[in-house]
Amino acid sequence: MLELLAERFNFIIVIVLMMTGLYAVIATGNLVKRLVGLSLFQTSVFLLYITMGKVFGGQPPILPEYGGGHGEGYGGDGAHGTGDAAHAAAGEAAHGAEDVLQQAAEALTEPVASTQAHAVLDGADGIGHAVYSNPLPHVLILTAIVVGVATLAVGLALVVRIRESYGTIEDEAINSADYAIDRGEIGR
Amino acid sequence: MIDTLTSFLPPLLADHAVVLAVVIPLTLAPVAAIMPNGRLGWLVALLGTLAAAILTIAIAGDVAQNGIISYALGDWAPPHGIEFRVDALNAAVLVLVAVLGLLGVVYALPSVADEIARDKQSLFYSAFLVCIAGLMGVASTGDAFNMFVFLEISSISTYTLVGMGAGNDRRALTAAYNYLILGTIGATFFVIGVGFLYMATGTLNMADIADRLPAIQDSRVVQAAFAFIIVGLGLKAAMFPLHLWLPNAYAFAPNFVTVFLASTATKVAFYTLIRFVFDIFPSDAPFVQVSFLWVFAVLGVIGMIAGSIQAIFQNDARRLLAFSSVAQVGYMMLGLGIGTMAGISAGVLHLLNHAMMKGALFMALGIFALRFGVRQISDLSGLARSMPATSVAFTIGALSLVGVPMTVGFWSKWYLVGAALEAGWWWAAAAVIISSLLALGYVARLLAAIWVGKVPVHRGEEVHSRAPLSMAVPLWILAAANIVFFFDLSPVLEMARAAAEAAFAGGIR
Amino acid sequence: MNPHLVLRVVSKLLIPIIVIFGFYVHFHGDYSPGGGFQAGVIIASAVILYALIFGMDAAREAVPAWFVRAGSAVGVLIYGGTGFLTWLLGGNFLSYDMLDPDSTHHAGQHLGILLVELGVLTTVFSVMVVIFYTFASRAPDIPEGEW
Repeated sequence: MLELLAERFNFIIVIVLMMTGLYAVIATGNLVKRLVGLSLFQTSVFLLYITMGKVFGGQPPILPEYGGGHGEGYGGDGAHGTGDAAHAAAGEAAHGAEDVLQQAAEALTEPVASTQAHAVLDGADGIGHAVYSNPLPHVLILTAIVVGVATLAVGLALVVRIRESYGTIEDEAINSADYAIDRGEIGR
Repeated sequence: MIDTLTSFLPPLLADHAVVLAVVIPLTLAPVAAIMPNGRLGWLVALLGTLAAAILTIAIAGDVAQNGIISYALGDWAPPHGIEFRVDALNAAVLVLVAVLGLLGVVYALPSVADEIARDKQSLFYSAFLVCIAGLMGVASTGDAFNMFVFLEISSISTYTLVGMGAGNDRRALTAAYNYLILGTIGATFFVIGVGFLYMATGTLNMADIADRLPAIQDSRVVQAAFAFIIVGLGLKAAMFPLHLWLPNAYAFAPNFVTVFLASTATKVAFYTLIRFVFDIFPSDAPFVQVSFLWVFAVLGVIGMIAGSIQAIFQNDARRLLAFSSVAQVGYMMLGLGIGTMAGISAGVLHLLNHAMMKGALFMALGIFALRFGVRQISDLSGLARSMPATSVAFTIGALSLVGVPMTVGFWSKWYLVGAALEAGWWWAAAAVIISSLLALGYVARLLAAIWVGKVPVHRGEEVHSRAPLSMAVPLWILAAANIVFFFDLSPVLEMARAAAEAAFAGGIR
Repeated sequence: MNPHLVLRVVSKLLIPIIVIFGFYVHFHGDYSPGGGFQAGVIIASAVILYALIFGMDAAREAVPAWFVRAGSAVGVLIYGGTGFLTWLLGGNFLSYDMLDPDSTHHAGQHLGILLVELGVLTTVFSVMVVIFYTFASRAPDIPEGEW
């Protein structure tokens, strides 16, 4: 039992966050708190996606460090081979390496029957193997985060406007103000 | 009719029409936003929707002749890259959105000038362009996650459009807020479902998912994905118990926004439901089969009766029609739930027809609101004398809503009842008839006020008014369509049949 | 003496660095982590920091409201324009290879990504600042001193 829990730790967190968020959306009458709940709910989904992109022992899906000393590791352009890899990736060498990464990314989506994507970087000589996490969910979630930010901004803007015209952000007070209009007690 | 249209565009446009129909409105949106006044903003919006309408008609002609169009964005070949894929089903939806968008924009200028603050008008048109681009994107994309993004593009702009009704009535703000909360929950459910599908299949391309699902249809991940996606899209489509956002959003949005939303937004969401239920998920899998009867048909029937009953008791004219929309979504759901070719084509037929009738009704209400500030049913009193032409157009739309012969609404019900009886669902057929009788009830309230009510009098004289020409023309186009298509339904029916065949043949597969 | 002296001095030192870091993130975005969105947010955060420390009026002078409003539109146009350019050059929409078709190592891809991300940067920066300006310039119900 405990093992099962430990194995699915991320999913448990996802479920807890999701339910907390959804509960907050339903239960609170405060419009801002409701948006907070909504964000929490969305965040849990981000976590779900990130979890499925994780490969055990995988590195971040960034051009891996090709290691000092591998002078010829760059499709023939040895001058960049040494030194810090992040910068060495610049210039001509990067293109060769990037192609490899692209191929690997394609290989990644091709045979995946599960999320356990073990992509192998072995296009060019000397680069060797690297196991890296599936980058696609990260990209998707980056998009989803942007969508979430936009939603939150629109939601908060609406709350500001509601506050200005009703003088409150409590659901019940707003409803009773609207009922008063419906009954014609106050002019529009 | 539509397959006789040979492609009339030059190849540079015709080959890329699928993507341009989405991208042109999207790119014109920022242009509209920096326009100094509303009139120029309107002109940009008109250009965008005109381009979209021409392109979608070309697309529909192309699909009818040459079959499925597939377009690889950025030359990244389909299962890996994002693909736009159009078959007869989404071609029909694309034409609907673009043409009604165009009619809506033609209609918009006086109404928007009246309802929206001066300095906000160009931003308003900008949001509208984003919205229509999002809807077209949903209808053309072949990638599940991309569909979510487009769905949210259209939804977020819809929230702002609805909220802009605050100038008339501050309840537009709370309506937009509630729509935002529910819409976002729906979208998030959809994303969870897509995530599960990705877990199970390792791909996001809808055609690819469809290929891989039958082999793993017993997996609980797939079944959970189905449930999440149905709930998420059901929220967007205002399927019966998930319709709570709709009445207020329609009732308090600016009139033009209501015209546009009522005739397009829920239709696009309904299209996505058909796409997922029939094309992507294996429609012969037990869990999908169960959902036909117990989710779509039963909830559709409850929705059409409950929506009609609630409509009868409304006092606000637009709210009444909004509840009627909930009922109409029920008809479409029933068509989907019958699950036969006849059922789907009846559903799609009603989708197209409903856009015509509700478009005409809300347009007429918008004209009444512009001239007489009509909001309540009692405000409609005697308008047949004050604005006879517009009242006649309104009446045509209203009769079509009930399904009176001589209007296109009759055929909707005819084919729906026929499909239900063919499947042996006499109870569904009975529900359609009961709901039509209820529709007669709420429509009678509107028409009685217009035709029998007391004529508005101002300083002892009867008030008369005319609709502005730019509003009357699109109204009459839609009203005339309601009658013309009764006598010759074949173009619409052909579209609906082709769409149903595409859904059934697994057109996307 | 100004009570915010330390904050003012430190932020004056920091703001240029933040902006430069933002551009670094942008221009490395095509082959390392980063890109227009992150860069736009970073640069916008510099403006927001400036507004917090020196006040809205000073920030409005440095980055006028019309500038960000136009920027949010121009960014999308850069993005869309790249797509239309590749289309006019004969490729599919956003097919970057068309920008440099003779290149053997996808120089077009790099160029295209940079252009598109430049559009993203412009829009994200502008929209972030617009959102901040819009919220910050609403008159508060509670007077400043009574928080």
